[in-house]
Amino acid sequence: MNALRVMLLVSGLCTALPAFAVQPDEILPDPALESRARELSRQLRCMVCQNQSIDDSDAPLARDLRLLVRERLSAGDSDRQVLEFLTARYGDFVLLNPRFSARTALLWLTPVVVFGAGAVVAIIFLRRQRGARGGEGDPGREAALSTQERARLDDLLKPGP
Amino acid sequence: MTAEIGHYALVLALLLALIQGVLPIAGVRLRDSVLAGTGEPLAIAQFGFVAVSFTALTACYVTSDFSVFNVFQNSHSEMPLLYKFTSVWGNHEGSMLLWVLILAFFGALVALFGGNLPATLRANVLGVQAWIAISFLLFVLLTSNPFVRLAQVPLEGRDLNPLLQDIGLALHPPFLYLGYVGFSIAFAFAVAALIEGRIDAAWARWVRPWTLAAWIFLTLGIALGSYWAYYELGWGGWWFWDPVENASFLPWLSGTALLHSAVVMEKREALKVWTILLAILTFSLSLVGTFLVRSGVLTSVHAFATDPARGVFILAILIVFIGGALALYAWRAPLLRQGGVFAPISREGALVFNNLFLTAACATVFIGTLYPLALEALTGDKISVGAPFFNATFVPLALPLLFATPFGPLLAWKRGDLYGAAQRLTAAFAIAVLVAAATAALTTGGPILAPFAIGLAVFVMAGALTDLVERTQLLRQRWPVAWRRAAGLPRSAFGTALAHFALGVTLIGIVGESYFTAERISTIRPGDTIAISGYRISFEGLVARQGANYREVSGRLSVRRDGDLIGILTPGKRTYPARGNSTSEAALLTRGFSQIYVSLGDPNPDGSAAMRIYHKPMVLLIWLGALLMAVGGLLSLSDRRLRVGAPKPARKPALQPAQ
Repeated sequence: MNALRVMLLVSGLCTALPAFAVQPDEILPDPALESRARELSRQLRCMVCQNQSIDDSDAPLARDLRLLVRERLSAGDSDRQVLEFLTARYGDFVLLNPRFSARTALLWLTPVVVFGAGAVVAIIFLRRQRGARGGEGDPGREAALSTQERARLDDLLKPGP
Repeated sequence: MTAEIGHYALVLALLLALIQGVLPIAGVRLRDSVLAGTGEPLAIAQFGFVAVSFTALTACYVTSDFSVFNVFQNSHSEMPLLYKFTSVWGNHEGSMLLWVLILAFFGALVALFGGNLPATLRANVLGVQAWIAISFLLFVLLTSNPFVRLAQVPLEGRDLNPLLQDIGLALHPPFLYLGYVGFSIAFAFAVAALIEGRIDAAWARWVRPWTLAAWIFLTLGIALGSYWAYYELGWGGWWFWDPVENASFLPWLSGTALLHSAVVMEKREALKVWTILLAILTFSLSLVGTFLVRSGVLTSVHAFATDPARGVFILAILIVFIGGALALYAWRAPLLRQGGVFAPISREGALVFNNLFLTAACATVFIGTLYPLALEALTGDKISVGAPFFNATFVPLALPLLFATPFGPLLAWKRGDLYGAAQRLTAAFAIAVLVAAATAALTTGGPILAPFAIGLAVFVMAGALTDLVERTQLLRQRWPVAWRRAAGLPRSAFGTALAHFALGVTLIGIVGESYFTAERISTIRPGDTIAISGYRISFEGLVARQGANYREVSGRLSVRRDGDLIGILTPGKRTYPARGNSTSEAALLTRGFSQIYVSLGDPNPDGSAAMRIYHKPMVLLIWLGALLMAVGGLLSLSDRRLRVGAPKPARKPALQPAQ
C-alpha cells in the first residue's frame, strides 16, 4: 500500500523529492542535545504532510519545526516544555502521540477494553467448556474424561459409514 | 477500438455476474441441480471477460494509446516496457480493474477446483462471490472507468509517477490484492454456510487452503511494500504505521487469527461461531482498507466531502456487505451447534489465547487508524495518531503473544500439560537467556530493552525447532528413526514450525534496525572519508548520466573495512522531466544480513553533497522473516490434507498422534 501512500504524498503539499529530512546544517554541536532533538522530532507531525514526522519529512515546514525544536532545546527547555510550546502554537494536531483527554479517551481505552472484554469472554467460554464436561456433578477435571466421555469420543472418531 | 472492446467486455462480465448472483442460489432453493450447477461456467466466463477487459487496457498501455485518458495520465512513450505493463495498475482506475480481475480469478478457481465441495455449498459460494463482483464491477464502470477516451489526442503522456517506476512497487499491488481479495473466498464460504445454516469440520478444511493462499500473498505483498519504502523513500524506514499500511495490516492480523481458529474448527469442530465471524471480519477489513485507500478520505476529510462519488460508492458497498453479513450472522449463527469440548490448558486453549491477542491487536490498529478520521468528521477536531501511539499499544499486545507462540504446538489437543510443555522448552529458554546475556555484554551501555527483545526472538525460534525435535524424537532416538519420523510428519507441521520460527527472525531484524542503527548525516566533499560501525566510506565524486526517461546524478563511494575495498556504492538522484519531479535511489551494500545504506541529498556547486549514511545491522531479517512465513504457509498449503482438489477425506480424521 505504500504506492498509494506515495500517490497521496505527491498530491499533497509535501514534495515527493527524495526525503532528505534532517540536513547537515541543522545538527546541533552537542550530541546529547541533538539526540534529544531527534527523539522529539519523531513525536512531532509535519502538519502539511501525510502522516510524516518532522524527522522524516523534507517539507520546508518540517525544517522550520526542527530548527525551532533545536532552538528551544538550546535555550534550555526540557522535552516537555518543547512539546507544550509547540502544542500551544499548533494545537494537538502536531503531536503524533495524542495526549489522553476526553476527546481521546475512546482511542486510548479501546485496546484495553477490547482486550479485557475479549479475555472475559474467553474465560467464560473456557469455564463453560469445563462445566459441560464435568456434567455428572463432579467438577473435577480428570474424572470427566472417563468412561462415557471415552465412549462418546470413540463414537465420534469412528470413520463414517 | 481496443479500449471499446475492454469496456464492452467489462459490461458483459457484469451481466454474467448478475446472472451468477441469482441462478445458483435459486437452484439450491428450488433443489434444481441443473440451475445450481450454472455457477461454475458463469464464474469461468465472467473471469474470461474481465481478463479480456484487463488485457485490452494493458494493450492500450503497451501501445501508448494516449487517446485513452487513463493511459495519457499515467504513461509515457519512452518509459521502459516493463513499466508500461505495471503502470496499468499504478493508478486508481487500473488498480480497481486489477482488483476485479483477481476477484473473478478466485471465483473461477473455486469453479475449477471446487469439485470436492458439496454441490449446494459450491453454488452458494459462487453466488455470494458474484454479489461482490457485481458491486465492484459497477464501481469500476460507473465511477472509475479506465476506458474513457479523449476527444483530442495528446502527443505525449504525463508519465507514471517516478516513485512507482520500480520493480518492487510493480509487484506490490498484485500480491497485496491477491491477499486482500483472496479473503473474499473465506467470506463467501462463511456467508454460504450461514445461508445453509449448516457447518462442520469439513467446511474448515475447505476454507483453509483459500485463506492460507490469501494470507501468503498478503504477507508477501506487505513485505514487498515495506522493502520498497525502505530503499526508495530515502530515509531507511520500513514501517510507518501509516493509515495505508495499516489498511493492509488489519486483514493480515485478522486473517492470521482466522487461520488459527480454522485449525481448531477442522480438528475439533469447536469455535465454529467465532471462526465464521472472523471470516466475515477479515474480508470486511479488506473492504475497509479499499475504502480508506480508494475514497480519498485519507488525504483529507474535506476532499472526500467535496468529491464524494467514489467514496460514497465504496462506503455503500461496505455497509451492504458488512452489515448484511453481520445481520445474517446474528440471525443464523445461534443455529450452529457447538462442537468438541476442551480444557483451558490445551491446544485449543492456546489457539483461543492466540485469537484473543491478535483480535485485540487488530482492534488497536483499527481504532488508531480510523479515530482521527472519525473525530474530524464528527467534531472537526484534528488530532494525529502516529507511530508513538502504536508502539505504546500494539507492542505490549504482540510481545506476550510471541512469548506464548512456542507453547501452542507443544500442547496436546483437548487437554494439555503446560508444565510438560515448559519442561520441553527449557533448552530453548536457556539458549535464549544465553544469547540475551551475550547481547547485553556485547552492547554494554546500549539500549536496555534490546537484549530482552533478542532473547525473546531466540526463544521463539528455538521453541519452533523444539516442536520439530520433539515430534521426530531427534535427540532421543537414533538418526534413522528420527529421519523416518520426520518423513512421516505432515508437511503442515513443518509449515507451522517454519512460520513460527520466522516470527523470531523478523523480530531480530526489527530489534537490530530499531536499536542498533548507526547514522551519519553530513555534507562531504570528494576525498572525504566517513567512519561508521567499523567501515570507512570515502566519497570519490559525482557522475551524471542519462537514463531512458530520466537524468541521474550519482555519487561514487568506496567502502573499506580493515583497509580492504569491499564495495562501491552509487546513490543517485533521478529527475524525470515529464513530471518535473525526482526520486532518490539509495545505494545498498549487503554484508550478511546487515546493510550499509547511503542516500544522496542535493549536490552543491563545489562538488560536495549532503549524504545520509546508515549502518543497519540485521535489517534484512525483517523481510527474510516475512519470506519464511510465506514459505511456511506454502509448505502447509502443499500438505496433502489441504491440497485443493484432494479427494474428499473420511468424515472424521483418524486419530493423529502428537497433533
